[in-house]
Amino acid sequence: MGGTQENIELLANQEYKYGFVTDIEQETVPPGLSEEVIRLISTKKNEPEWLTEWRLSAYRHWLKMKNPEWANIQFPPIDYQAISYYSAPKMKDGPKSIEEVDPKLLETYEKLGIPLRERGILAGVAVDAVFDSISVATTFKAKLAELGIIFGSFSEAVQNHPDLVRKYLGSVVPTTDNFYAALNSAVFTDGSFCYVPKGVRSPMELSTYFRINARATGQFERTLIIADEGAYVSYLEGCTAPMRDENQLHAAVVELIAHDNAQIKYSTIQNWYPGDKEGKGGIYNFVTKRGKCLGVNSKISWTQVETGSAITWKYPSCILQGDNSVGEFYSVALTNNYQQADTGTKMIHIGKNTKSTIVSKGISAGHGKNSYRGAVKILKGAAGARNYSQCDSLLIGDLCSAHTFPYLEVKNSTAQVEHEATTSKIGEDQIFYCQQRGVSQEDAISMIVNGFAKQVLRELPMEFAVEAQKLLGVSLEGSVG
Amino acid sequence: MEGLQPLRRGIGPQRLKPQFQRHEFGTVQTVPLQHLGTDFAIASRQKEQTVNPMLKITNLQVSAAQREILRGVDLEVKAGEVHAIMGPNGSGKSTLAQVLAGRDIYNITAGEVLYEGKNLLALKPEERARAGVFLAFQYPVEIPGVNNLYFLRAALNAQRKFRGEEEYDAMDFLELVSEKMKLLAMDSSFRERPVNVGYSGGEKKRNEVLQMAVLEPKLAILDETDSGLDIDALRVVADGVNALRRKDRAIIVVTHYQRLLNYIVPDFVHVLLHGRIVKSGGKELALELEEKGYSWLEGQLVGA
Repeated sequence: MGGTQENIELLANQEYKYGFVTDIEQETVPPGLSEEVIRLISTKKNEPEWLTEWRLSAYRHWLKMKNPEWANIQFPPIDYQAISYYSAPKMKDGPKSIEEVDPKLLETYEKLGIPLRERGILAGVAVDAVFDSISVATTFKAKLAELGIIFGSFSEAVQNHPDLVRKYLGSVVPTTDNFYAALNSAVFTDGSFCYVPKGVRSPMELSTYFRINARATGQFERTLIIADEGAYVSYLEGCTAPMRDENQLHAAVVELIAHDNAQIKYSTIQNWYPGDKEGKGGIYNFVTKRGKCLGVNSKISWTQVETGSAITWKYPSCILQGDNSVGEFYSVALTNNYQQADTGTKMIHIGKNTKSTIVSKGISAGHGKNSYRGAVKILKGAAGARNYSQCDSLLIGDLCSAHTFPYLEVKNSTAQVEHEATTSKIGEDQIFYCQQRGVSQEDAISMIVNGFAKQVLRELPMEFAVEAQKLLGVSLEGSVG
Repeated sequence: MEGLQPLRRGIGPQRLKPQFQRHEFGTVQTVPLQHLGTDFAIASRQKEQTVNPMLKITNLQVSAAQREILRGVDLEVKAGEVHAIMGPNGSGKSTLAQVLAGRDIYNITAGEVLYEGKNLLALKPEERARAGVFLAFQYPVEIPGVNNLYFLRAALNAQRKFRGEEEYDAMDFLELVSEKMKLLAMDSSFRERPVNVGYSGGEKKRNEVLQMAVLEPKLAILDETDSGLDIDALRVVADGVNALRRKDRAIIVVTHYQRLLNYIVPDFVHVLLHGRIVKSGGKELALELEEKGYSWLEGQLVGA
């Protein structure tokens, strides 16, 4: 079977497909973090005074905070003064239409499989493209505006809809929430903003594609999505970054607000550069995502496929405040080589008859370390609350690990909480069985892993489910030898 | 070195004599086959008399974890033939089946396996499958979350793609599978159920034969396909296999009970004992074994 071994090695050395760098003139502020830098960012973005102050208060609080150490991840201390907090491709005044966007940028997104030009555009998906610190283009904007849907960059929203931004910014994730959220609040540069008005159902998927390009920068995006009464929106984010030997920090904050009878479906395909097979380089993905089911019968559903990043620290959560509101978390987290992931969710049941579902699928290969961390809190007033949690781990090889840290806190005796967990190992016998039927080893692993993750993948919008399946296969190449 | 195959030159109208090849001083002599098995075997035999065997195993020696399992196996199988390999537990039957399919947990220390004239042992398991070698597993493996229909289509399409044939789309494939399932009296719910997950022993074996029916191999190796089956299930599985007997397909049935061979009647029976084929014969040999057990053959190993 010498041939198999060679093939595996070949595949293991296969490069991360999105690891290229776009050669474009960028404006980057010198590394370092201070009130001055924050004011500079705020000025560059022509922000109102209240927002500058909001940033500064977050910064002052951050200075007093400590990096959280409870997560099951290891990394050397980050030098926050060595990071540049703003980097943007040079553009005159920001493009008015796609035609004005630098062709190099358009080309970059085309290479990533996200065409932004109207003719190549993904049918049925509106895309906001964020490149390092700024949004460079948003497609289908006008079409969405006809329905009253506001979708575009966060910076634009600050200019054009300051009241909405001011009303909701920090209402789900306060500036003081945690170390990385505080940092993000101080220095966030761009991200997406979406508002779906009363009774409107977004006719297409909205999405943001995040791209890190510049060296030694951090990406700190801020996304805010509001679904007003009876509104529905399905939103998807994707992300990639160049291959570099040094680690880069990505600390984002996402806030979702669902009013009465509103629904938000938020899907993530996270494919930041994971580092090389020795664990060198890669993105630190330290993200705070939280949704608030503010209104009655509202629903927020998180689906994430986490295959990239050197380290993922992320807990998309739901605050179930409105009666009968529903929170869901579907996750596939894959760690190969030396990747680490500590990810899960918090479901906080406040309203009556609130319901939450957690399905977490962790896949570990190589030296990967994969932890599920989840909290289910049922508060006193949450009569009739229900939670179902399932977390399964799949191990590939002998060097990886899977960990589960579930926390339950139930303060209402009428609540029902269920938790199921399994750990299994992908067997040589499974792979051989598939091979004996004519399926190659790589396809066999991909098939087995996709079977394991199916429950989560089927929650993804159709357009992306296929992409996610392929990604799982690619991310595992070379993991069995 | 050869073990103790009862090798006789085929002269006259003798029946039920296996066709063997033997190395003698570097030359290969083929024993002609005069005996005849089933009806369709007659046609194939006549036609194939001058044709090379589909599978030719010569002095195959295999060990695992420092233990010798196969100690020089010789076997020839031609298209259209059904061979039964019998033997007690631990005699190496399943190892032989697994080695032919390409399981890489064994060390092949000597010998050669030619399949359609090519070195089978140099091929990866999936390459062997694509070349038409099929193993019905003794313990079919569970693959959670992957439904049967999807799995089968992926397998068939991988093979067809390799052969430069058009791949099946979902609709055409559904039709094909539904037809094959009727053959095995399988409920249509099997299509959507995950591969082997929660199946009874009989369902798993039936599923193996379904895969064989869909993949249409040239050489099918059935490893203890009868184990764990009650008599009704055994009959269904055997009927399924019999329906797949063809003059261009060879079948090797590995079993340690004669029972299955009442339903799948072999052309040849070989007894594997301590890693060698110690006796070969016609279907009657199976009955003889049923009566006498394997111990009467032990004596033949002395001096081997």
